[in-house]
Amino acid sequence: MSPLLQALLRTLAAVALLLVNGVVLILMLRKVLARLHLRLGPTRVGPWGVLQTVADVFKLLTKEDFRPSGADKWLFRLAPVLVFVPSFMAYLPLALSDTWRFSDLDTGVLFVLAAGSLVPIGILMAGWGSNAKWSLLGGLRAAGQQIAYEIPLMLSVLGPVMFAGSLNVAAIVNAQRGVWLGVIPRWFVLPQLVGFVIFAIAGQAETSQTPFDMSEAESELITGFANEYSGMRFGFMFLAEFSNMFVVSALGVTLFFGGWLVPWADRNPLALALGPAVFMLKTYLGIAVMMWVRGTLPRVRVDQLLAFSWKTLIPVSLAWTVLSALVMRAVNL
Amino acid sequence: MEPGLGFDYMVVASFLVVGVAFVFATLGVSRLLAPSRPTPEKLSVYECGSEPVGPPWVQFRVGYYVYALLFVLFDIETVFLYPWAVIVGRSGLFMLAEMVVFIGILAAGLGYAWREGALRWR
Repeated sequence: MSPLLQALLRTLAAVALLLVNGVVLILMLRKVLARLHLRLGPTRVGPWGVLQTVADVFKLLTKEDFRPSGADKWLFRLAPVLVFVPSFMAYLPLALSDTWRFSDLDTGVLFVLAAGSLVPIGILMAGWGSNAKWSLLGGLRAAGQQIAYEIPLMLSVLGPVMFAGSLNVAAIVNAQRGVWLGVIPRWFVLPQLVGFVIFAIAGQAETSQTPFDMSEAESELITGFANEYSGMRFGFMFLAEFSNMFVVSALGVTLFFGGWLVPWADRNPLALALGPAVFMLKTYLGIAVMMWVRGTLPRVRVDQLLAFSWKTLIPVSLAWTVLSALVMRAVNL
Repeated sequence: MEPGLGFDYMVVASFLVVGVAFVFATLGVSRLLAPSRPTPEKLSVYECGSEPVGPPWVQFRVGYYVYALLFVLFDIETVFLYPWAVIVGRSGLFMLAEMVVFIGILAAGLGYAWREGALRWR
């Protein structure tokens, strides 16, 4: 097979994964939140409501796509592209198993974070370009929040990178084979517990999930930056949000929970063959926890949100990075 | 099976092109399927149902700007930390000490900004 065709096929596989994730995650969010609220969630379209999001996609496709008369034409039109494309690019370095991966980039972890850091530009464009008060406030909040939490997110990733000595996603997972003290899986979540907690908090904020959903706080800003959008442009904004949730959870699983490895069976050929399923299961468990947090905690205020990152998370993650490096050299882990 | 390093960057290019094409293709399909009947009410911005009041580009807090400046500083720092983190496990102790000093200077910078009130929300 020619390399170009192979690259295209892998890209199309990623598009398919992203779409399936979007459809499944929106239904899952609605069902999980409904359970937490003692409701049923969608039940009408298809058995147990499973076709609800499929119907929603067709609804969005056939809805009028209009632009407020005062909006900045190009900023408004291009913002969904700038929100969606980076969140799709972030799929590129993810590895579902040793063989099931889109690419083998040696800068994989950095690539995910670099792609993710482009999203605030699109959100700011949407907020500013809409020429509406709620959108502008939502866009600014989102940008302020995403840049504040990007730093702890990037620092919390350094621990596993130091232990594995590589930014390659597969190398990081393979460094988590084996056990400590005969029983404990060598997952980096144990020595990097503080790093993982920082990653989880920052990840929740980067994906704009409650308690950090200032950017779209529906009781304050209606839908925030996406307020003036309709039809499929709105659809892309939300598809990007759900695909970011998947990427953050998948990155967390890769860095801290052994990726596709099954504990105590990480050299068993059957367990390795089931790798992609194991990886998806772990990732979806992570997403379920994110949704659980979203359904449990109240939203914080925007000044508390920024202060928490700059005055707590960033100093702690800087100190933790230094401490991890020193301890790692001392015990030669 | 994989033809070398160049292949990975071919996948990167393919992701970029297909990603952009996917968005525009979907928006094109949507344009064919969706009606377009704009009215002045539909095209006014949403302010809870009442007529929009005042100019929409309202004044916002200058604090966002200060945070953005600080962010650039720390973002560049993180870029320096990544290559260091990859080799710190096998490099000499000098490199470890050097980066501890580097992080220390940055932490002092954050402390200075904090004391000067850059992190205060006003």
